[in-house]
Amino acid sequence: MKKIVCDSCGHQNPEGTVLCQQCGKPIDQNQYIDGNENSKLINMRYEGSARRSKTHNKSIVDKTWNFFSSVKIGIWLISITIIASAVGTIFPQEMYIPPNVSASEHYRDQYGILGQIYYQLGFHNLYSSWWYMILIALIGISITIASIDRVVPLYKALNMQKPKRHESFLKRQRLFSSTEQVSEDDKQKAITTLKSIRYKVTEEDGHVLAEKGRFSRWGPYINHIGLIIFLLGCLFRFIPFMYIDEYVWVREGETVLIPGTEGLYYIENKDFILETYGDSPEDERFKEALQKQGGMVAKNYQTDAVIYKNTNPSALGLDPELEKFKEDSIRVNHPIKFDDFALYQSSYQQNEFESMSFKLHRTDDPEEESLGSFSVNLANPENEYILDNGTRVVIDQYFPDYYLDDGEPRSKSKYPRNPAYVFLVYPPGQDDYEISFAGIGRNVDPTGNNEFKLGLQDFEVRDVTGLSVRRDYTLPIISLGGLIFMIGVVQGMYWQHRRIWLHPKNNGLWIAAHTNKNWFGIKRDIEKVINDTNIKMVMDQEEDQNNYQPEEQTK
Amino acid sequence: MGDLVTLSSNSLYLAFILYLLATFFFAGTIRDKRSEGSKTFSSKIAITLTIIGFASQIFYFITRWIVSGHAPVSNLFEYTTFFGMMLVFAFIIIYFIYRLNILGLFALPVALLIIAYASMFPTEISPLVPSLKSHWLYIHVTTVSLGQAILAVSFVAGLIYLIKEIDQSKKSKKTTWLEIIIYSIFTTLGFIIISSTFNAMDYSVTFEFPYDDQVSTVDYHLPPIAGPSGATLVSDNDVSPLFEAPGWMQGVNAARKFNTILWSVIAGLGLYVIARVVLRKRVGAAIQPLLSKVNRDLLDEVSYRAVAIGFPIFTLGGLIFAMIWAQQAWDRFWGWDPKEVWALITFFFYAAFLHLRLSRGWHGERSAWLAVGGFAIIMFNLIAVNLIIAGLHSYA
Ligand code: HEM
Repeated sequence: MKKIVCDSCGHQNPEGTVLCQQCGKPIDQNQYIDGNENSKLINMRYEGSARRSKTHNKSIVDKTWNFFSSVKIGIWLISITIIASAVGTIFPQEMYIPPNVSASEHYRDQYGILGQIYYQLGFHNLYSSWWYMILIALIGISITIASIDRVVPLYKALNMQKPKRHESFLKRQRLFSSTEQVSEDDKQKAITTLKSIRYKVTEEDGHVLAEKGRFSRWGPYINHIGLIIFLLGCLFRFIPFMYIDEYVWVREGETVLIPGTEGLYYIENKDFILETYGDSPEDERFKEALQKQGGMVAKNYQTDAVIYKNTNPSALGLDPELEKFKEDSIRVNHPIKFDDFALYQSSYQQNEFESMSFKLHRTDDPEEESLGSFSVNLANPENEYILDNGTRVVIDQYFPDYYLDDGEPRSKSKYPRNPAYVFLVYPPGQDDYEISFAGIGRNVDPTGNNEFKLGLQDFEVRDVTGLSVRRDYTLPIISLGGLIFMIGVVQGMYWQHRRIWLHPKNNGLWIAAHTNKNWFGIKRDIEKVINDTNIKMVMDQEEDQNNYQPEEQTK
Repeated sequence: MGDLVTLSSNSLYLAFILYLLATFFFAGTIRDKRSEGSKTFSSKIAITLTIIGFASQIFYFITRWIVSGHAPVSNLFEYTTFFGMMLVFAFIIIYFIYRLNILGLFALPVALLIIAYASMFPTEISPLVPSLKSHWLYIHVTTVSLGQAILAVSFVAGLIYLIKEIDQSKKSKKTTWLEIIIYSIFTTLGFIIISSTFNAMDYSVTFEFPYDDQVSTVDYHLPPIAGPSGATLVSDNDVSPLFEAPGWMQGVNAARKFNTILWSVIAGLGLYVIARVVLRKRVGAAIQPLLSKVNRDLLDEVSYRAVAIGFPIFTLGGLIFAMIWAQQAWDRFWGWDPKEVWALITFFFYAAFLHLRLSRGWHGERSAWLAVGGFAIIMFNLIAVNLIIAGLHSYA
């Protein structure tokens, strides 16, 4: 690659350099790159280093690179993402609308024409839409390319800087002063102070560079790396092995296979507990609030669970040999964890029917004397029951969660929350049957001339707990990304890279100073340094001129 | 136990009064001949009062924690009061870095407004639902609100910058926007005045109205301008709403909330008109001369520095701690709940702010406008998302 030789110090700089890496002299023909031409001050953002995006612009690769390395583009991407994200909160996302309603109707009914448009544009699933994901991906690409474009040349420039700087470099720093007469004593005093306030001082022929907090310059790059790792972690969730997301309902007393564990783990629900406020004496303090809220306020959802490990997994559920593995209670905020899996208390159903027993009697018998009875196990209803007197009862239709939909019996769910049946009753030795409809609190004879009637005798209920099953190998990656991000931001924000140059000039001394942020802080440092000497305080040349020239003005 | 509750709420009142007094002393520093940043008698008293007030509010916080058995950051009243306290704390930190008295004159009233606003919500001690029962409740909430409070200081400095710098000699888009910002502060004040007035009168109207195939009732504590649609009066007042709240508003309390918003807007307008009549010029133009002595570059620096300090804290509390907790409580660290989305928007917004400032030279006025915009987002998340867009996090 072509080199540019500095005509002041002779250093060979890479093409595209704006300020000589060693002495800082502005390289005339490249001043436009950082927008220095019409400005009194020089842009120190990247130390005037040669960046790829500013030197290559021919091939399609160059153009793509330059596009993504522009901060302007990055900010546009972020702004678009902000607007898109906000749009997604205008109406609830689909996952937050009530289950078992159709989304297309829900948005129209609840929010009118706007809701319908919202739905039609796919905004009800905005955050998982392809275009939203592409936006995030573009931000990721932009961060990566912009960082690489800057960090390498910046590193080189900071590594090569010499204490002795070109005068035009110093004069064009934001903080600058020139004092005609400065004694060697005063200069030494200044150096001593600089050291005492923990500047790293290097000298070259009487020229001094005092530097502090250079590591903070790497903050942005480190935080960007953190962001990338975070985004990659999120991307890995699409690999099935990395991320298991299942759900299991377990009834009290039951032991079931935990989905996603490939036959290896089972869970038993020993007891499901729902506690509400107001029962214990210490809830007295909440009396007023509880009264106001009227209804029940939940205090605790808890499943007392036992996890079993299958020691005979080859039989794949056929013949599991279960060995107790762990026993604990699962509560909200307190998942049970075993072997990389975690089970979360997520939902529950109280008083689900476990069994129902019916008895048969003659319709016209006021005593309702039993002719025989049977019991339906709702977890596993049979097709047909033979009663003691030889009557055959066939379950023709079963609605676990019965409701009437425009006069049609239907089931809201497959869970026995409100079971109802259409029974066919075959009296002993007959091929003709009577139809009988029975459920909780209802017993309907559709023809009106049934000889026999089925009455509900007894039932048992139990609670069901809903647990979500997770195994997420992306969490460590995501956490690592978050941690690195935090380290990077704090490093870049809570420390600053301050530099003070002392430049002997005839019998006097120039001071120039630069910091990447917190000018107030560096001015205070300089006040300490010149204290008790006759060195003049620096002037803030930007405050006077206000001629700040941003980078990339034309792009 | 009852005594501790009284003690606790009294120390909150005390804090409020001390902040108010401190504001007057900060106002006193304006007339001072010496330049900004010097330690005058008035400023010493002002900052001392602020610190004592802060201590008093800490005392409120601790005693309330003891009584309720959990950190008092679990409902809208508690959270918003805490935010006001953190704002004072953030101000104190920044004050000791920059010694900028004028900041106190603007930051303390903002804190006062926030605390007063908070006490318009139910203040009784409420129980924690299971998902809030976690140490992460206070780790998360305290860091978020500290972060937001420091970002709010950036807003305060930005606002002062704008009032000082915007050309008031003629009406322009900028002066109009500035008046809108000032008007929205007046609206908050209007809400507080109206609510506490009718509260003191024990005003209440009850309506019955059909909602979701059922008959619901709602209590209005402000006279009904807009009533629920299809409502009938059940209490024995003799009022009727001027009109019905639009039907597309969702939620049992939508009409009542809408009525409150109407009242605030009207009351704010009233206050604003009075201010204009008295001042005979734009409110911004009237304040401007008081700021002549303030160094605008210092304001700019403070505004930026507050973002530099607040952004990492906000990210830690509002995103990282939030994700850790959500993973524990709801089995997913991110769920695109409106509150979460708006925290993400805040994060993106300040990231854009920093990049604009750093790479595109948005200093001074533009940076000040951004600081105001960021605060608007924070307030939106604190108030509007809770009250209007319901989600998992809604407290009210
Ligand atoms: C939401 C995503 C992003 C976050 C949270 C973020 C965060 C940051 C932070 C905190 C800084 C330091 C700012 C300062 O020191 O004042 C920074 C600097 C920077 N960011 Fe980002 N950034 C994001 C996206 C991007 C994107 C998309 C680009 C691409 C163009 C980008 C390019 C840069 C550059 C070039 C710097 C300056 C580095 C330097 O000073 O040498 N960032 N970023």
